[in-house]
Amino acid sequence: MVRAQVHWQDRLAQGLLLLCCLLLVLFLLAPVATMLLRSVQDSAGHYVGLEQFQDYFSTPALRSSIWNSLWVASAVTVITVPLAFAYAYALTRSCMPGKVLFRVIALTPILAPSLLAAISFIQWFGNQGLLKWMLQGATIYGPIGIIVSAVYATFPHALMIVLTSLLLADGRLYEAAESLRTSTWRKFFTITLPGARFGLISATMVVFSYAVSDFGIPKVIGGNFNVLAVDIYKQVIGQQNFNKGAVVGLVLLFPVLVAFIVDWTMQGRQQAQFSSRAVPYAPKSSPWFDRTMFLFCVIVALLLLAVLGMAVYTSFVKFWPYDMSLSLRHYKFGLVDGDAFSAYLGSLKLALIVAVAGTIFIFGCAYLLEKTRGAPLLKSVVRLLAAVPMGVPGMVLGLGYILFFNDPDNPLNGLYGTLGILVMSTVVHYYTSSHLTAVTALKALDNEFEAVSASLKVPFYKTFFRVTVPVCLPAILDIGRYMFVNAMVTISAVVFLYTPDTRLASIAILRLDEFGEVGPAAAMATLIVITSTTVCLIYAVLTRYIVTRTQAWRTPVVL
Amino acid sequence: MSDNSYLSIAGIRKNFGKFEALKDIALDATRGELMVFLGPSGCGKTTLLRIIAGLETQDTGTIRQDGKDISRFPAIRRDYGIVFQSYALFPNLTINANVAYGLVNRRQARGAIATRVAELLKLVGLSDAGPKYPGQLSGGQQQRIALARALATSPGLLLLDEPLSALDAIERVRLRGEIRALQQRLGVTTIMVTHDQEEALSMADRIVVMNAGQIEQVGTPREVYEAPATPFVADFVGKINVLPAVAEGRGQFRVGGVSLAVAGPEVAVGTAVKLYLRPEEIALHPVAQANGHPAGSLANGNATGMNTIDAHIAKVEFLGAFCMVGVTLDAAGTPALVANVPRHDVDDGCMAAGQAVTLRLRPDALRVLG
Repeated sequence: MVRAQVHWQDRLAQGLLLLCCLLLVLFLLAPVATMLLRSVQDSAGHYVGLEQFQDYFSTPALRSSIWNSLWVASAVTVITVPLAFAYAYALTRSCMPGKVLFRVIALTPILAPSLLAAISFIQWFGNQGLLKWMLQGATIYGPIGIIVSAVYATFPHALMIVLTSLLLADGRLYEAAESLRTSTWRKFFTITLPGARFGLISATMVVFSYAVSDFGIPKVIGGNFNVLAVDIYKQVIGQQNFNKGAVVGLVLLFPVLVAFIVDWTMQGRQQAQFSSRAVPYAPKSSPWFDRTMFLFCVIVALLLLAVLGMAVYTSFVKFWPYDMSLSLRHYKFGLVDGDAFSAYLGSLKLALIVAVAGTIFIFGCAYLLEKTRGAPLLKSVVRLLAAVPMGVPGMVLGLGYILFFNDPDNPLNGLYGTLGILVMSTVVHYYTSSHLTAVTALKALDNEFEAVSASLKVPFYKTFFRVTVPVCLPAILDIGRYMFVNAMVTISAVVFLYTPDTRLASIAILRLDEFGEVGPAAAMATLIVITSTTVCLIYAVLTRYIVTRTQAWRTPVVL
Repeated sequence: MSDNSYLSIAGIRKNFGKFEALKDIALDATRGELMVFLGPSGCGKTTLLRIIAGLETQDTGTIRQDGKDISRFPAIRRDYGIVFQSYALFPNLTINANVAYGLVNRRQARGAIATRVAELLKLVGLSDAGPKYPGQLSGGQQQRIALARALATSPGLLLLDEPLSALDAIERVRLRGEIRALQQRLGVTTIMVTHDQEEALSMADRIVVMNAGQIEQVGTPREVYEAPATPFVADFVGKINVLPAVAEGRGQFRVGGVSLAVAGPEVAVGTAVKLYLRPEEIALHPVAQANGHPAGSLANGNATGMNTIDAHIAKVEFLGAFCMVGVTLDAAGTPALVANVPRHDVDDGCMAAGQAVTLRLRPDALRVLG
């Protein structure tokens, strides 16, 4: 067997990839594994088998959480996915006016922490809510509140996935159907729906996972209604029972992991469905259909704005519900004078570091995976590790971090309580989709750039900086924005990891809400929304600038 | 190995899992020649090129370039320039920067680099393209730039991986002439991979015909076309008629109801063989009509050893300069044949379906292969 000499540059690349792998093992695999281990140990560290699970399943209150989590998440999925599909259908298949605006409005929930929806629905339908009468005696504090808030929070996620799958439709199929005089309904059921099948499955799994593992919404609006994510929090923070928390974490991990595996398997099958020659579908105007779709979108958009608007409004109301006059006192006294503002600055700092360091790490790792030679085994391991975060709920990740890093025997114990651990947990938590963005961008590059560079004796890193990075800059900025916005709003993983020195805005909202300080909580949420919006605007301007100026070579992209 | 050998390959094997991509390949490329690897997709030609480039590693075997054993060298330590089907030009760099890409790394003076780039652009006939971006050029122009970039560092070996496959027909013909002229002018040893036989025949000094991981034949374009070594080569390079036959001894072969004289080595009587015949080697003569048209010249055909066969035209397909004429032989048990006839002969000879014709085949135009 001939063994090629390994050039030092290949060694360098493989070494860097090994480093990426080690970081992922350390900050993803080890914490989750520790959690699994602790679920079969008692607090003294002795192996007790499934005793804790038996204990858990014999507690009716805890057992009911499983059922609660599952049916609430199912309800959210059943509402959100069809709603998002109809909305996406209107955006892609009708000729209604205002499509861009509708799209922007539909994506606003991403800019806010999920807590914002819960606060807003309390202001609308809660004990002192403006529209409480509409519930006719039912209460918003419980499953109803959780479901509507989660529908709001998951809507844009589902919309983006379904929208993409509808945009990929091949216009030629519709032309062929029309030439065969196929009816509109038949076209919908034989072309549109099958074409969007994988997008719908993916959206279903993403929404379900989000709803089942979200912690902020049930914490704020759930009342006495127990769900798994809140149970973990209660076990760990309330009762300091880490091992019991690990058991709940495992129970929560299970459905999310199943959803993730279903989604992943389906994505693998999707590849062959679309040919690169597909012709985009161009909708034809049809007054009745366009008007109906426009009306539907107006209603959905107004509802979405009503949720966001109520939170913003609340932040300006002097003293709900007694003095409804507007003022800036929540911003001044609630945030700036109280020390909540330092939490905002903490979040800003975290988001900036995550956006920069996370993007470098994720893009660099994806590059080493896709574009360097050798180390096939290491590459398969890293590929697998990169996919895992999607299947791990934030609460589980956060709990794993405490168990792993807070162990006095762990040499990395010093990380615990620092900003560093918050950065790593956030990067890892949102790793997968950014990784996929990077891989997609890299795959679009000519495979032979590296071979050409080698033939010209140019080191791979020079080509990386001179060609790969500039060409992939739009994708890199996209990852940075995604990381920033999520770091601003994340709560689930970091709720276990912050300390008085490293407080965060989203957690401050939780605290303020616990103390009944709804005004300042709403003000903080508004501040986060404004910050995220600003970053998205900067991103949009920057991207446009790059596409038009520095990437003059790019053939005009149709957006 | 001759003294003039520049690249020498021996015992190269490569498996991908259970698939044998290359089975014991041995080959010598002479200094300054243009050698073409020709074969259908999956025959291993691209794998062999990538092994020469160090982009893949062979399982066994050695490669020597200019007397030096480079078998285990990584790509970056080998001495070659490469051009891919996809051009692989860096889209965000100007043409100047693309061509200079390998020069900048060699710490040459700015002025020297600029001079060299201008020289190369002139060489490929695109002197004005310097400040443009690859996306602003046509496919053929981009491939010329890719060629200039590969030649910039004056490599000892030029590798071309299906360089013309992505281009349209006219551009392809033009560029293959240009590449060949440039290669001869610079005298750079070149290996090109293609699945297009016309490209191989028109450009190569020598063609290496490959099939299923093995070399079928190495030879000049004429050798490969006129004397295919194996049935595969005969079939793959150019169109050919195949006639199942049985040896009758003394150069005679029986095809159904016809006996044909074939020049070539003797085959034991009774052996089943196949006769190969190029369509353009078949001469068609309309049978004299009632008013007695030029049948005279045919009469003494057998005297010169020429085979004459009676047949009818089945169909005529117009292909531009040539017509493809399908004929059925009158004798029983004979296969249908295809002949190429210049367009004006078809017009003159009023050849049409149903017309009775006489075929004339030179004995040395028929080749006996397994």
